[in-house]
Amino acid sequence: MNPAYQHTDKEKFLNSYGAFASRHELMDSPLNTLAIRKFEELGFPTTKHEEWKYTNVSPILKNRFALSTGKSRLKREDILPFLLTGKDSILLVFENGFLNRELSLIENLPQGVIIDSLASSRNHDVVKQHLGKYAPMKQESFVALNTAFIFDGAFIYLPVNAVVERPIHLLYVNDSREEATVVYPRNLVVAEKNSSLKIACTYHTIGNINSAFTNSVSEIVTGANANVEFVKVQTENDNTYHISHTEVMQERDSVFNISTITLGGNIVRNNLHIVLNDVNCTSHLYGLYITDGNELVDNHTLVDHAKPNCESNELYKGVLGGKSSGVFNGKVFVRQDAQKTNAYQSNKNILLSDEATMNTKPQLEIFADDVKCSHGATTGQLDSEALFYLRSRGIGEKEAKAFLNIAFAADVIKNISLEPLRDRLMPLIERKLKQGD
Amino acid sequence: MLEIKNLQAKVEEKQILNGINLTVNPGEVHAIMGPNGSGKSTLASVLAGRDEYEVTGGEVVFRGENLLEMSPEDRARKGLFLAFQYPVEIPGVTNANFLKTALNEIRKANGQTPMDSKEFLQIMKEKMKLVEMDKAMTQRSVNEGFSGGEKKRNEVFQMAMLEPMLAVLDETDSGLDIDALRIVANGVNALRNKDRSFIVITHYQRLLDYIVPDFVHVLYKGRIVKSGTKELAMELEAKGYDWIKEEVGIHI
Repeated sequence: MNPAYQHTDKEKFLNSYGAFASRHELMDSPLNTLAIRKFEELGFPTTKHEEWKYTNVSPILKNRFALSTGKSRLKREDILPFLLTGKDSILLVFENGFLNRELSLIENLPQGVIIDSLASSRNHDVVKQHLGKYAPMKQESFVALNTAFIFDGAFIYLPVNAVVERPIHLLYVNDSREEATVVYPRNLVVAEKNSSLKIACTYHTIGNINSAFTNSVSEIVTGANANVEFVKVQTENDNTYHISHTEVMQERDSVFNISTITLGGNIVRNNLHIVLNDVNCTSHLYGLYITDGNELVDNHTLVDHAKPNCESNELYKGVLGGKSSGVFNGKVFVRQDAQKTNAYQSNKNILLSDEATMNTKPQLEIFADDVKCSHGATTGQLDSEALFYLRSRGIGEKEAKAFLNIAFAADVIKNISLEPLRDRLMPLIERKLKQGD
Repeated sequence: MLEIKNLQAKVEEKQILNGINLTVNPGEVHAIMGPNGSGKSTLASVLAGRDEYEVTGGEVVFRGENLLEMSPEDRARKGLFLAFQYPVEIPGVTNANFLKTALNEIRKANGQTPMDSKEFLQIMKEKMKLVEMDKAMTQRSVNEGFSGGEKKRNEVFQMAMLEPMLAVLDETDSGLDIDALRIVANGVNALRNKDRSFIVITHYQRLLDYIVPDFVHVLYKGRIVKSGTKELAMELEAKGYDWIKEEVGIHI
């Protein structure tokens, strides 16, 4: 690798930061300026970094991306295919990183609940208290980069005992019809004690000639006895690069469920860190990735059991076709304090072609002695017995394969409690699996 | 209905079928018996079109067409049904969804319009009674977590739904207690008519007390070495297979 070339990539992003910061007057923000310094120190990771061994980001960086100026050109019909079924969602539409209020629907919120753009909430006490406190910008260069570019995104705050029953849909559109674009969405969710909410966070691109790069970070604080469901869906196209980091802090007796669904993108990296920071927390982590062509989808998860009597349950599944590749790296830490931990992890993959590859690495590091932990990983072909069984009943080979793959994927989707999102996802999954071969 | 002529087949380089001849006419029930390893299940697999079995000679004509050239799904669409010795578990696919898809694929291939949900549910309800199946089972994943008896009942239930012209039952009685056996046999008997044929492969004469065959054949070392009526089955039950081996020994 040419060191001069790497330097150029970094400089390109530093230069674009300079322009962005002066346009949005970010020079006085200690968080943004600290972050850009951290990014400058860290630089971009190469495949020599253990955590980036299978994911080479240099194809992303060689592009020239433009930053949106916040001018809007999206129309309602552009986003129609991405909306959830049913009519009662709270909707925030972000166009190239900026909230488009005209297309959003944020009304009739329960008392004290805030659902707004981060740009207009930057001085709110809750934002000041939490923003940038959890996502590890000192270690992760893409987190540092996103933090440097924090300007807009979603800010969601539920006070004590607040319940939002309607689904909250954060809809991100990267519109690259005119030029290659980069966006840095940032979400902050703070759910106080006894509160409850469900968020669907979906990422899409419009335009398939130019490249698009999304570097997003979400920080989610799940207060005591709070119940949060977060579903991240990504249906971007072959010219799209997506690197995201989701950082979750759980307080005592809280329940956090997350599903990470990746249905498209050239290079996709999802980092997910969950810290079970007090006793009696429960987290479920579900993941599904369906890839074809030359796509690469990399899921890195870390579940950090810091305190006793918590439970985490992780299930990631992938269907990989064409020449695509997948990475699953699942770390589970059980710290010395965290007695009576239950931690389960499973990664299952189906390879549809001889050229598809999957790299999977479960990592359990257990420092407590009274725990129940298990992990397992399988990668294989479709079950030929099941295929024959279906065919022997008159179902054609192609249909039968799709049937089995859809069932395999549905095993993840069924865990999503947001029905309007499930209804939207299943046809997308079926379409992708049927065009697969 | 079905004409098997000098059928030979091997699996993993091992020759198993050594020239089987069998003619099944519409409405007939043929039982095939034989000791372990005689080729009974291989015959069933070859008829259904399982990949791992290579036909090395002979021919099979099913309803006027060369069966061996058809894909497994085309055989099913043409009216062949195999009740599996070991039904496969398919997590995530409900019995009802699976059967509706299968039924409509078969209907489509035969120039019929797809069956709507209402009609399908009604027929399903009727056929479930036939094998005393619980309604909840239709919403469960295919065979997943079913007991041995439930799996076999599910095979007969599928057969009742798909209404094949020729059904091959591969040791459907193995491992069943007497109650389950009676339920399965009743299901099969209810489907018997002047047009539909059955090949009942079994290890035990017991099944033939409930499903009374028109013909009984003894398979040994990949050939049908003796054919007769249901009295042959009783003789086998009483005397075992050794006398057959001795009787036909010189020919093999």
